[in-house]
Amino acid sequence: MNINIPTPLRAYTGGQQTVSIPGATVGEALEALTGAYPELRQHLYSGEGKLRSFVNLYLNDDDIRYLPQKEATPVEESDELSIIPSIAGGCCRRLQILLGMPNL
Amino acid sequence: MLHLSYSDYAALRAHGEENYPHECCGVLLGNSTPEGNQVREIVRAGNTRTDRAHDRYNIAPEELIRIQRQARKQGLDIVGFYHSHPDCPAQWSQTDFAEAHWVGCSYVITRVDQDKAAVTNSFLLTGTSEEDKKFLDEPVEIAMNEAEIEQERGRS
Repeated sequence: MNINIPTPLRAYTGGQQTVSIPGATVGEALEALTGAYPELRQHLYSGEGKLRSFVNLYLNDDDIRYLPQKEATPVEESDELSIIPSIAGGCCRRLQILLGMPNL
Repeated sequence: MLHLSYSDYAALRAHGEENYPHECCGVLLGNSTPEGNQVREIVRAGNTRTDRAHDRYNIAPEELIRIQRQARKQGLDIVGFYHSHPDCPAQWSQTDFAEAHWVGCSYVITRVDQDKAAVTNSFLLTGTSEEDKKFLDEPVEIAMNEAEIEQERGRS
C-alpha cells in the first residue's frame, strides 16, 4: 500500500512524499514503515510506544481511531494511508491582558 | 525567508478581517527551496473550534488530507499555515507553540484589530523533534507588481 508522508517527516524517508510498503493490516504496514525508516519511529510514537496524540492516521478517508478494528484493519494494495500531524493553536487573550503586552 | 505574492498576502489578511472577531485559518501551498518556503497558493480552511473560535483554531485532519491531495496533483506541498489573532499580538502564543508539529513549515499570524488587519508576522518551526522544536522569526518577502505597489501606496 502507499503511505503518504507529511512535509516534516520526509527528512526521514529520503525526501519521499509517498512510500510503498507491504502489509496485510494498518499495523503491519506501520511496522514495515518504521522498519524501513527507523528514524520515523520516535516521531510517530511516544517513549511508551503509543501513537503520539497529535499524529493522525487516515486509511483513505477514515480516521483509524474510529475504525472498528483500528490498527488491525485489513488493507488492500490500492489503499492509501496518510500520516497527518494536527494543526491548531490560538491567541492568549487573557494572558496578554494580564501581562499588559504591547500591540505587536 | 517566506516568499509570497502580494495577492496571497492580501487574501490571508482579508480572511482574518472577514472572520473577525473569530480566528481564521488556512494552508500555504508551495515549495520548500534553499531560499525558504515559496508560497504558490493559499487555501482557506474551516475552523473546527466553534466552541472558542475567538481565541482558538483547529483544521480538521480530513480537510488537511483533501488539501494535501489537491496540492500533490499540482506538484505542490504544504509549506505552512496561517491564522489570525483577533485583538491580540501577531506573535505565537504558548498554545500555538504547543500545537505546532510541522517542522520546516511557516506559521503566519495576522493581528486583526476590530475588523482591520494590522501586523502580519511569520515564524518558522525548526528542530528535529517535539522535544527541541522552536519558532524562529522568519522574514517575509512579498512580490508586488506595479499596480499592487500603487494600490498599497493608496492605502497609506
